[in-house]
Amino acid sequence: MDLNRIFAIVIANILVHNFILTRFLGLCPFIGVSKRTSSAFGMGMAVTFVMTMASFITYVLYAFVLKSGAPLLVWIAGAESELATEGLETALRTVSYILVIAALVQLVEMFLRKTFPPLYRSLGIYLPLITTNCAVMGVALLNTTDAPEPLAMGEAVLQGFCAGLGFTLAMLLMSGIRERLELLDVPKPMRGVPIAFVCTGLMALAFLGFNGMVR
Amino acid sequence: MDIRELTKGIVRSNPIFVLLLGICPTLATSNSLATAVAMGLAATFVLVCSNVVIAVIRNAVPKGVRIPCYIVVIASFVTIADLMLQAHFPAVSEEIGIFIPLIVVNCIILGRAEAFASKNTIRASLLDGAGMGIGFTLGLMLVAFVRELFGSNSLFGHQGILGSYQPMSVLIQAPGAFLLLGLMLGLFNWIGQLRKAR
Repeated sequence: MDLNRIFAIVIANILVHNFILTRFLGLCPFIGVSKRTSSAFGMGMAVTFVMTMASFITYVLYAFVLKSGAPLLVWIAGAESELATEGLETALRTVSYILVIAALVQLVEMFLRKTFPPLYRSLGIYLPLITTNCAVMGVALLNTTDAPEPLAMGEAVLQGFCAGLGFTLAMLLMSGIRERLELLDVPKPMRGVPIAFVCTGLMALAFLGFNGMVR
Repeated sequence: MDIRELTKGIVRSNPIFVLLLGICPTLATSNSLATAVAMGLAATFVLVCSNVVIAVIRNAVPKGVRIPCYIVVIASFVTIADLMLQAHFPAVSEEIGIFIPLIVVNCIILGRAEAFASKNTIRASLLDGAGMGIGFTLGLMLVAFVRELFGSNSLFGHQGILGSYQPMSVLIQAPGAFLLLGLMLGLFNWIGQLRKAR
């Protein structure tokens, strides 16, 4: 990998195409867990970890089992067979990705409960919800199928990690804003989620300034 | 009683504006009415079918593995919806992109499976799924209507609805989506509070 591409992936995923602010991925935990900086940070770290792992596992799954000409399909049915040339991507992509991610999240949850009980308690119900966090599934899909050019495995993992960092950045900024918002006299109908969305909009406006830094 | 299962999802517990579920696809696909309708219908299809299937198998599935089972059912219907959209409406499918496969992680669908279809009859689950789906589609269309009309001065791609109005292009970009949804939620809260006060 040359340094330019690494740099482009890092900048693109943290700032320019921030998962929350420009791609609209992972908004449920973003709104749900951003009331306190400590839990926002914990959630961000958990999501970053899961996204990095998920990027790796789904990429392996894609490259070796699902895509056309994948080694496993060639080994089972032979290189000329319809199965190997068509691949299983269209039929099994969604099902296999979500199952792999669900299993992975379960593993992380068990690990956290054993080793970091305080963090486990503070994340509460949101940890199982990482399974249905579209940011994790989204990065898996972006890595393997919707990429403008095919990514190598290292780049896919890097993209997962940086997307997680971008997610954490947005969570932290938002939790700082929301801790202050509680002290302000917001009009009653706008309290809570509506004002949080308006603040997110203003943050997204600021992040538009990064547009054009890469591609 | 039956008809209530259908209508509750449309206003009283609208998935977008009241339950705050499915916010990601709402924002991502509401920059034009065409994508909003396609997204809403695809989600409704998945919601109805998965609710019915889950209501059918609800007594046969052991409690410990119910979530993975539900996910497999939902993912199968999402794959069907994805392939159908690609085959019949390739342009719209291209524009929505990854948000069609992402229906599988839409909180509305797993939420209804867990909260409703796993405890109720097939008939009630069907109505519940249809009501929630219609509520989601209508909410999505409302956001998309405002964004497309004022953001690009068009409806369903027909240009120049508002004459020589200069469109606010920020509305069809990301910041406008967040701002508009925040303001709309505030507006609906306000209406709710006014009605309660009366």
